[in-house]
Amino acid sequence: MSEGHQLENANPVIFQRSGDRMVTASEEDEDVHDPIDDREIFLIRSINDPEHPLSLEELNVVELDRQVNDTESTARVEFTPTIPHCSMATLIGLSIKVKLLRSLPDRFKIDVHITPGTHASEEANKQLADKERVAAALENSSLLEVVNQCLS
Amino acid sequence: MRNPQRSDRGTMAAESPLLLSLVEEFVSGLQDSKAKDTATAVKDGQFTVLQLVEALGPSLTSSQPHTRARGVQLLSEVLQDNCGALTEREVELLLAFYENRLKDHYVITPPVLRGLLALTKSRKLPPGSAVSMLRSVFQDVHVQSLMLAERACVYNMLINLMESREDELKGLGADFVFGFVQSMDGERDPRNLLLAFQIARNILLRGYNMGKFTEELFEVTSCYFPIDFSPPPNDPHGITKEELTQALRAVLTGTPKFAKFLLPLIIEKLDSDVQSAKLDSLQTLAASVGQYEHRDLAEFLEGLWSSLRREVFQTSSEKIEAAGLAAVAALTSCLSRSVLNSDSEDSLSSFLGLVLRDCKHHLFEPDLKLVWPSAKLLQAACNASYRAAHSITSAVVPPLVEQYNSRTQCSHRRTLLEVAQRFIQSTASCQSVDHDESLFSAYKDSLCSLVFSALSESNSSLQITAASVLTSLAQQPGLLLDSDIELAVDHLTRLLLTDEDERVSVAVVECAGALAERHPAAFITKLIPTLKKEMLSDRRESSELHSHHAVRQRCLSVLAAVSVQASVVMEGAPILLDVLGSAHADPDRFSVDEVVRACLSLQRIAERVQDGEDTSRCFHDVIVPRLLSLALQAALQNDGSSGRRSPLVEEEVLSAMVPVISTTFSRLQTFAEQTASRAVSLFLDGDVSFLPDNSFPPRVQLLQQQQEESSWRQTQLVCLLMACVCSLPRSVALSQEERLLSELEELSCSCRHPFSYTSAAKCFAGLVNKKPQGPSLDSLIQGVIKRVSSELDRPSSPLRTQAFTLLIWVAKALLLRYHPLFSVLTDKLFTLLDDALLGPMAADSFSLLMSDSADVLNRGCHADVRIMYRQRFFSENSAKLVQGFNAAPQEKKANYLKALSNIVNKLPKQVQVSELPALLSLLLEALTCPDEGVQLSTLSCLQPVLINPPQVLVLQLEALVSRLLALIGSPAMKIRMASIRCVLTLSRFPAHEVLPFRSRVLRALAPPLDNRKRLVRREAVQARAEWFLLGSPGGR
Repeated sequence: MSEGHQLENANPVIFQRSGDRMVTASEEDEDVHDPIDDREIFLIRSINDPEHPLSLEELNVVELDRQVNDTESTARVEFTPTIPHCSMATLIGLSIKVKLLRSLPDRFKIDVHITPGTHASEEANKQLADKERVAAALENSSLLEVVNQCLS
Repeated sequence: MRNPQRSDRGTMAAESPLLLSLVEEFVSGLQDSKAKDTATAVKDGQFTVLQLVEALGPSLTSSQPHTRARGVQLLSEVLQDNCGALTEREVELLLAFYENRLKDHYVITPPVLRGLLALTKSRKLPPGSAVSMLRSVFQDVHVQSLMLAERACVYNMLINLMESREDELKGLGADFVFGFVQSMDGERDPRNLLLAFQIARNILLRGYNMGKFTEELFEVTSCYFPIDFSPPPNDPHGITKEELTQALRAVLTGTPKFAKFLLPLIIEKLDSDVQSAKLDSLQTLAASVGQYEHRDLAEFLEGLWSSLRREVFQTSSEKIEAAGLAAVAALTSCLSRSVLNSDSEDSLSSFLGLVLRDCKHHLFEPDLKLVWPSAKLLQAACNASYRAAHSITSAVVPPLVEQYNSRTQCSHRRTLLEVAQRFIQSTASCQSVDHDESLFSAYKDSLCSLVFSALSESNSSLQITAASVLTSLAQQPGLLLDSDIELAVDHLTRLLLTDEDERVSVAVVECAGALAERHPAAFITKLIPTLKKEMLSDRRESSELHSHHAVRQRCLSVLAAVSVQASVVMEGAPILLDVLGSAHADPDRFSVDEVVRACLSLQRIAERVQDGEDTSRCFHDVIVPRLLSLALQAALQNDGSSGRRSPLVEEEVLSAMVPVISTTFSRLQTFAEQTASRAVSLFLDGDVSFLPDNSFPPRVQLLQQQQEESSWRQTQLVCLLMACVCSLPRSVALSQEERLLSELEELSCSCRHPFSYTSAAKCFAGLVNKKPQGPSLDSLIQGVIKRVSSELDRPSSPLRTQAFTLLIWVAKALLLRYHPLFSVLTDKLFTLLDDALLGPMAADSFSLLMSDSADVLNRGCHADVRIMYRQRFFSENSAKLVQGFNAAPQEKKANYLKALSNIVNKLPKQVQVSELPALLSLLLEALTCPDEGVQLSTLSCLQPVLINPPQVLVLQLEALVSRLLALIGSPAMKIRMASIRCVLTLSRFPAHEVLPFRSRVLRALAPPLDNRKRLVRREAVQARAEWFLLGSPGGR
């Protein structure tokens, strides 16, 4: 991503960032059990876009609308590339997946895929669903480097 | 090596055998130390330089170049120390000799240069010699084939001569510049570069004639741009990249003559991929245009603009964006400064034309990314000058207003409004005195109607933005008319009374405060009467009780915000007193919480109001007596038949009144002494004559504990006495102080009501702190110590807690002023750590000793607080504490650890770091102590230290990590969170130190990801993410 060449989408639409979650009294109460919820998974909003110095939330790649079920231990995340031919789609998906793998307890089954109909190719979905391929991708140090940059 | 001239020795030996032996040992014996001896001997007058030259004769004429070099070296080294004593004639001869020697064998050149350098420092340099010296150097020496030190010699010669012989050097004309260019061409050493840059800078600044060598001088320096230098590790010279960058920048930006070379270079370097090169280029650009005129810039404007625009539009770092914007501002202000000729085109307007062409249209796409970079670029240009601001605002503001009106989506409108606000703010700096008309006066009406329409929308973020636009408009001097302000007040009042959103009300309160500071009249006539009506109206019957509470809260905070000007305070503060009065008269009407808030608002007013006779009178004659009177009425009242007692007897309310009164006494001093003595006689003698609503019984005895059940109501009023007498400046003497002190001591030692005896102890301590040094103070303290000790030494006494409270407060008062008797009290405190009942309390009390107390004994109430009292306490007592810990029985050790962590927690960071080595083992011990309070306070004092870890901590990493990881499983969520936070900080330690712990930490952080508390999970997620990045490609 050198500065010299033109970005794929130089002037994308920007969305507002939501504020930090307010701490409630029940969250401070030792005796209450707080379930893992949608808002908590939304920590993926702060992942950086690989191209712009903007977060996925500001580009509306991810929205606070996904299904997390604490009791069934499942998390489903849909994301929307800014343009249908975005070449970064797989990379963004991988970053989301890695962020969730690092942040959720082991028991969760994590499903990350592109919002249906928003991208030209759905190949990325297959790659993201395939455990082996995700693991292999993370063995690749140059790929891991880009993912880590998105996450830091 | 044998000296072939040795036979000549006999002829001169008669003059000075010492000299000859020195020369001999230096030249032939190669003993370098003899040079120093010779120099000292010359300095002491044992022989002259002339004699030295004569003695050197044989060496200097030797056929061996190395012998000649040794001879010259001795002479040069002697001259270095002795050139001040030379006569003009001697200097002339020596110069002629040295210049001649430059043509000699190359091994002789280094000592010759050193000798010449020494001579350049001589004040006796004959006229014309500088020129001839430099001509010889430039002609006979190829500088870049010399060694580092000799090159430095040449540069230093130039620097010395430029200081002393500027006129002569200028006489050399362009030859001087040419000679210098040749000398430095190819220089590689950073130390020498700093010297060379200094010379180049002098050439430019002092107006040397560069002739046709301008470009050569630019080339020979600019080839280092941008500086790329990383000093070797352990560099003894300490030259930084920053230093070189600044020195080079000073050269490159030193003259407008470089403009035509520098600007293309900058455009080229801005294309670089290296961030630091971009940043350097942008900063150099901003620095250079300070001296340029529009002519220098004209042909490069287009190129510069497109590079700058690209840097801001596609920026990847805030630093570069900021530097780019600064460069735009610098360019604009340079162009605005230039005087126009009739035939030249207006380059400012053509530049602004470019900026507007590329940025303006982005402003009207408020949902796209480039709206903000474009706005920032335009605003940077706006900021630069009145002219630029004028042409940009006239091009941008009308279409902005139009766009706002044509858009329907709230988020779009808000962005447009925010952009407009930035424009208003960015011009604030260029509204100079000679333009008394605001830039926005032409658009004032349309902007006001924009703001008012936005305030009437239902979207809260739009309202918030509109409020801040209103604030910015009000800050433009002379822009808003009275009618505009009145309209604005109407809008703000409406929002205050009807809008439920908390963020909106915060924005409204802030805006009202800003407006009231400049335009008080409209607030006095419109807002304050409405607030009064709203707050004192009785709506208990109505259904909207809940929302009415919220409205009243907002009214209270806005009342505090607008009361800055004295005229507003006079109207606003009495309303708050009315609220307190009606709360007392009818306890159901206001909740305790609301009464506390009313006090808080009064406190804010007291903190911000200007000290003047009017305001001081208002506070001392009206507000304080009224507060005291209300509190006294409540204290004397019996619980009515309704069973509800007045909120003014609640501890919370009284505690909220304390800061109102103490702020009044510490800030508004005109009538303070008088009011204080009235308060003292109220409490000592029951003199109620100065209180309003005077229907009190004749003899109230507030400081005497009565037998009745309800006497606490009266004794607790002592906190108000404390507020009155403990906040006075130390210079004010208090009447009846002795009697007051003895009654306070009695009350604090014998009263059973905790709030009463604590307040009495605090009041006593506050007075002791300010009492002048002397025997009367000493005997007072001795008396207290005796009384307290006798109480504490009787384990069965029911009044031990009281005695302990007085002990700790008096100890604090003495600690703050470094009173010598303090150590007696500390020793008492340390022995109490072993006490079965008071031990934990004593451990906690160290935190009270070390922290600032809010209502008494702080600098705000003029207490005698010495600097660094905490460090002093720590250094005097830490050893005792460690000793006590080691000697204490197992079950008492926790008290010592708690006391220690309470002390260390409050120490300034630098002290913590320096003291940590001695205490680390104890703190690590504290982490394993089962007491949760100890764990928590130790963690919180460790965490800041971990941010910049001292070496000793790194050595104990294993112990630290395993203890922290163990605490992650603690049953208390606060401890889990604090330990995870420490683990997070550990990830920023030097990577090679913590990398071995990576997998262990990641494993330990997995269970808290599934913790039942969300806040714990949040910490764990953060810490785990950082540890994953550690040692991973692209991470850290």
